[in-house]
Amino acid sequence: MKNFITKHFYGDYGEIEEGGVSNKNEQNIAWPLWEVFIRSKQGLDHKHVGSLHAADAQMAIENARDVYTRRLEGVSIWVVESKNITASNPEEAGELFEPAENKIYRHPTFYKLPKEVDHM
Amino acid sequence: MASTTTVSKEDKINYLLYIADTALILSHRNSEWCGHAPVLEQDIALTNIALDLLGQARNFYQYAAELIGNNATEDSLAYLRLEHEYKNLLLAEQPNEDWAYTVLRQFYISTFLFYLYQQLQQNEDEQVAAIAAKSIKEVAYHVRWSGEWVIRLGDGTKESNQRMQQALDFLKDYTGEVFIAANYEQAMQIDMATIQKKWEEKVAAVLNEAMLSFSTNNFSHTGGKTGKHTEHLGYILTEMQYLQRTYPNATW
Repeated sequence: MKNFITKHFYGDYGEIEEGGVSNKNEQNIAWPLWEVFIRSKQGLDHKHVGSLHAADAQMAIENARDVYTRRLEGVSIWVVESKNITASNPEEAGELFEPAENKIYRHPTFYKLPKEVDHM
Repeated sequence: MASTTTVSKEDKINYLLYIADTALILSHRNSEWCGHAPVLEQDIALTNIALDLLGQARNFYQYAAELIGNNATEDSLAYLRLEHEYKNLLLAEQPNEDWAYTVLRQFYISTFLFYLYQQLQQNEDEQVAAIAAKSIKEVAYHVRWSGEWVIRLGDGTKESNQRMQQALDFLKDYTGEVFIAANYEQAMQIDMATIQKKWEEKVAAVLNEAMLSFSTNNFSHTGGKTGKHTEHLGYILTEMQYLQRTYPNATW
């Protein structure tokens, strides 16, 4: 049986051979990694825009403001420490995602969406 | 408070230059960190602040140049005036030293500018009021950013606390000048007592949270507002004005 509950950290891939750098340095001097999500305007979802280092959540918000919203990109910021994100294992991509490929009936392509729901 | 007496043109020009120079010199000091800050994120944060301050300085210079006439421009005011013509606070020109000096200097000046702009927003001069209204949001963030750092370092490790205390002990002799009004400042009818009171309350609250001790002393270096500077300003201007002085009228 495949191990579905192995915890993989966002940013680990490629570095996972070394044990994953984003979560092993907690006692180290390096600040932890945070993922940043920005909502570009009211009504839209928060979208992942990148990551940054910060000592805590408060600083992560401020860093995100300075790094990712300099050009009016957002009206709201979420941050989450990268280690709190559980990621799927790329090696299991086959069994996780490929079965959906030929199930065309799951796609909402058989009816027209009204214009008002542009961002579905 | 704000009566409708007219301020003399000369006083107004001097006052505009005082604020513009303070913003420009502090901006330049911050820009010295560009590429050198401890982490990338803070490098960007500090250069953002430097750019905000540069923008504020430009607004005040442009207005001053308009009042001065004689083909004065924002550039001629920034690049072609000598040390004794600069009116910035001595606090703004003090060296970066380390992160503690840098964030504390920023915190002191931003807190002052915040309460100053609060008043200037109601200034009878619409241009001044508009610049203040535009700048105050930027400054509010500068206060927040620098205040957070003062608390973080003061209430951090033993070393960060010591370094913060060192910065505090050094810079305290330059804070008094902020509230000693020059002649042209008095003419602007700004309620300095209120600004000072609010500034002291805010600074005390942050330092208290940062577990730092601030002894108010009666001594303060003065002179910046009337063009008598510490030795540091000359070096700043030498670097900042070099290109324009070596290649007069050079443009992009």
